[in-house]
Amino acid sequence: MNQTPTTTFRLLAALVLGLCFVGKLQAQAPPAQAADQKKAEQEMPGVEKAPPLPAGMTGSDASDPRFNLKPGLYDAGEISKGLRHIQLLRKPEAFQLGSDDADDPKVKKTLGSIGMPDTPMIPKPVKLVMAQLAFANSDLAFKGKYLFMGNFYGVNIYDIADPAKAKLVTSMVCPGGQGDVSVYKNLMFMSVEMPNGRTDCGIQGFSAPALPTSAAQGPPMPAPNKDRFRGVRIFDITDIKSPKQVAAVQTCRGSHTHTLVVDPKDKNNVYIYVSGTSFVRQAEELPGCSAESPDKDPNTSLFRIEVIKVPVAAPQNAKVVSSPRVFMDARTGAINALSSGATHGVGKPAFSDQCHDITVYSEKGLAAGACSGNGILLDIKDPANPKRIDAVNDPNYAYWHSASFSNDGSKVVFTDEWGGGMGARCRPNDPNVWGANALFDLNDNKLNFSGYYKLPAAQGNTENCVAHNGSLIPVPGRDIKVQAWYQGGISLMDFTDTKHPKEIAYFDRGPIDPKMIVLGGSWSAYWYNGHIYSAEIARGLDILELTPSEFLTQNEIDAAKAVRVAELNVQNQQRLVWPNKLVVAKAYLDQLERSQALPANQIADIRSAIQTAETSNLTKGRATLQSLSRSLKESAKTAKTPADSNRMDALAGILQRPTK
Amino acid sequence: MKMNRYLRHLRNFDMSCRRILAIVILAIVAACSFAFEAGTFAGLLPLSAQAQKPAPANPVVVQPGAPGKPTKTLPRTTKGKLPPVSKADVQFMQGMIVHHEQAVEMTALIEARTENKDVRSLGARISHTQADEIAFMKRWLVSRGQPIEMTMAEMHKMHQGKMAPTASHDEMMLMPGMLTAKQMEALKKAKGEEFDRLFLEGMIQHHGGALDMVKDLHDTAGAGQEAELFNFATDVDSGQRAEIRVMKSMLEKIPSKEKR
Repeated sequence: MNQTPTTTFRLLAALVLGLCFVGKLQAQAPPAQAADQKKAEQEMPGVEKAPPLPAGMTGSDASDPRFNLKPGLYDAGEISKGLRHIQLLRKPEAFQLGSDDADDPKVKKTLGSIGMPDTPMIPKPVKLVMAQLAFANSDLAFKGKYLFMGNFYGVNIYDIADPAKAKLVTSMVCPGGQGDVSVYKNLMFMSVEMPNGRTDCGIQGFSAPALPTSAAQGPPMPAPNKDRFRGVRIFDITDIKSPKQVAAVQTCRGSHTHTLVVDPKDKNNVYIYVSGTSFVRQAEELPGCSAESPDKDPNTSLFRIEVIKVPVAAPQNAKVVSSPRVFMDARTGAINALSSGATHGVGKPAFSDQCHDITVYSEKGLAAGACSGNGILLDIKDPANPKRIDAVNDPNYAYWHSASFSNDGSKVVFTDEWGGGMGARCRPNDPNVWGANALFDLNDNKLNFSGYYKLPAAQGNTENCVAHNGSLIPVPGRDIKVQAWYQGGISLMDFTDTKHPKEIAYFDRGPIDPKMIVLGGSWSAYWYNGHIYSAEIARGLDILELTPSEFLTQNEIDAAKAVRVAELNVQNQQRLVWPNKLVVAKAYLDQLERSQALPANQIADIRSAIQTAETSNLTKGRATLQSLSRSLKESAKTAKTPADSNRMDALAGILQRPTK
Repeated sequence: MKMNRYLRHLRNFDMSCRRILAIVILAIVAACSFAFEAGTFAGLLPLSAQAQKPAPANPVVVQPGAPGKPTKTLPRTTKGKLPPVSKADVQFMQGMIVHHEQAVEMTALIEARTENKDVRSLGARISHTQADEIAFMKRWLVSRGQPIEMTMAEMHKMHQGKMAPTASHDEMMLMPGMLTAKQMEALKKAKGEEFDRLFLEGMIQHHGGALDMVKDLHDTAGAGQEAELFNFATDVDSGQRAEIRVMKSMLEKIPSKEKR
């Protein structure tokens, strides 16, 4: 690209200047300042040293090469295994504070307006990273060739028709955090929870009263404001370059996350489950809101989720239609029936008066809710009235954060966001069962704990790291999830065997900064039609692809790529269906070879028959395939594991009726 | 207890205070700049060296209007802006540091005074999280060029009309829910079950004050809009609410004075 030389030159120039500056300062610093510096280090905290590992627990692996990568924002060390990083599209200027130049008068003005004095003594990097969270990238949604990346400040829409040449199409400014985003046909939904959210998408927030100049004070300015917006916004994205707000549905706690729910029986409406985790606003601002405890107010806005019904043809009429009491005991009627979750040594206890995120699997009529102190299972056959049918707790969990089902619905992966995502929780001394995924088997609507999975590689003291959002990768015959771990990078977990989940690929960068935690890393890492997209909080949009390894063959990758979807909202889980293509058959065959489930000669025979069929474009060898199919069905009956038995059956099915 | 007033008083700032404030800010920032140069500056340099160039297809920057209203196109050179940080935000952080420091002080008493395993592990957890949060709050203030502590003059303003003009420094430092010197003295003298009870009662009172402080913040116009502070206040609220619940159930297991 023609920009490269300029950028490189600027980088070099800045480096030289920067090094001079640092050198000069160090040379000039008189000994008297050493004490000041020490003091300042104590006063500029943010780096926590991990407490000793609790007895009997295992930490993360500090010998992993990911532990010691070079720090930097755009020049950090990178490492990957089984993944290739295609490109990083940096956060657009409209979503960054001020300027790339800390001395720019505009930066000074902006800093002044947020209460930072205009003084040359403030370290430049601090000026530039202060705004971290206010411009953080968050969740992702996909539709056709477009990727929608939520941000605390709005949404950025990218054209990913050619992932290697992905480009920004639209930056939509509309602050309010966290900007969790979903798409359905021509509609885009967005979560808003912060008090600076405005109905009109204004960036100015709400002004504070002027400081009184004398002891005499006027009446205080009321906090409630009719222009404030906390809830779910709905946009018409028919014109992708100009999303139009069509509705803004207010809720008492705002919307931290939301989940699109499509009722298989109702094509005219979609539903939005709203998970609010923030403070309840005053009733003067939104009538009916109450932060009282259930014994004082049975209509409290706590202990519930909200359901918004959206008529697809008239989204402007969207409204809250129910506020399900998902923590209620159906027998006693107590609305706060789930206990506060047990918590481990150094986390704060979580209290089940809120859900953080919900994943629905409408085809199964189920939803898995990660609800602060508990993981819960909901029956959503009546989408407006979800009913809790199971709840689990875990002694190693601090905060139930998100959930996802395996494709067949027999497993649920929960995540624990210990430390809230802002803390370093993958240090060598952090137990490998804290801040981890918890894998549950799901039988007859009962969740049974099976195992934990945590990013195996240790991360540094300045890397915020804990389990976060991910999606399934459609490799047939296996349960594989790609997952974001903030600055721990991206990790692929194979959880086919929930008792023994293992890592099969990863991508990681060094910390943004070696001395302080600068919020960053991957918020969400999702597979969409052949590639992995990661919302990097501080840096931008990362695009990656799978590469073959000892754990994943090219055939398995190609089979995953054979699955195409028109839209992807990860929390609205759709069943993956593989075409009857021979490439899918080859993926199963590789797996059966890996697990040594079939004799080598049987595998060789099938491989050879598939090759004949492929090279002849399916005109030859059909009969051979069908006869091999029959013997496979027999082998399936005596397979050693259910996973291998299923693979043989699936393979036999394709060989019976292969398609191009 | 109405806490709004305490925040309202905090807004009283006169010019001489501001001057003192400015000197404190400069001193802290000067000290900090050195801590930052060696590592942070080098690590983040590329940020100041590289600018995002517009992609060839010229992406648009737009801002929707209220529902039903048209969407505006903004200049391509538009840059991000933040909502204002209010004095209430700064004083919330300064006050919460003092508040949290007492919790750490209280937990330090546990070791020599009780063998109750639950109280000991609760104490370790509170000590760890509150110390963690103190670190976060200090960073938030320092990186915004704000002093970590309120000046005596500000505290006098804050307590105007509520305390005798002769109030001591320690009395001035009391944030909502904090234990008085007398309560702290009683806690220090207690042992065993008596200590457990006083500790749990005291910490419930203490945490309750933090919830009041968060509520006051949200009830103040223009406050709590900054993303990190919002996130932090939300975390304090949900975490301490849950901890109060845990402590109440622990308290129920301790025989009351009368029963003994």
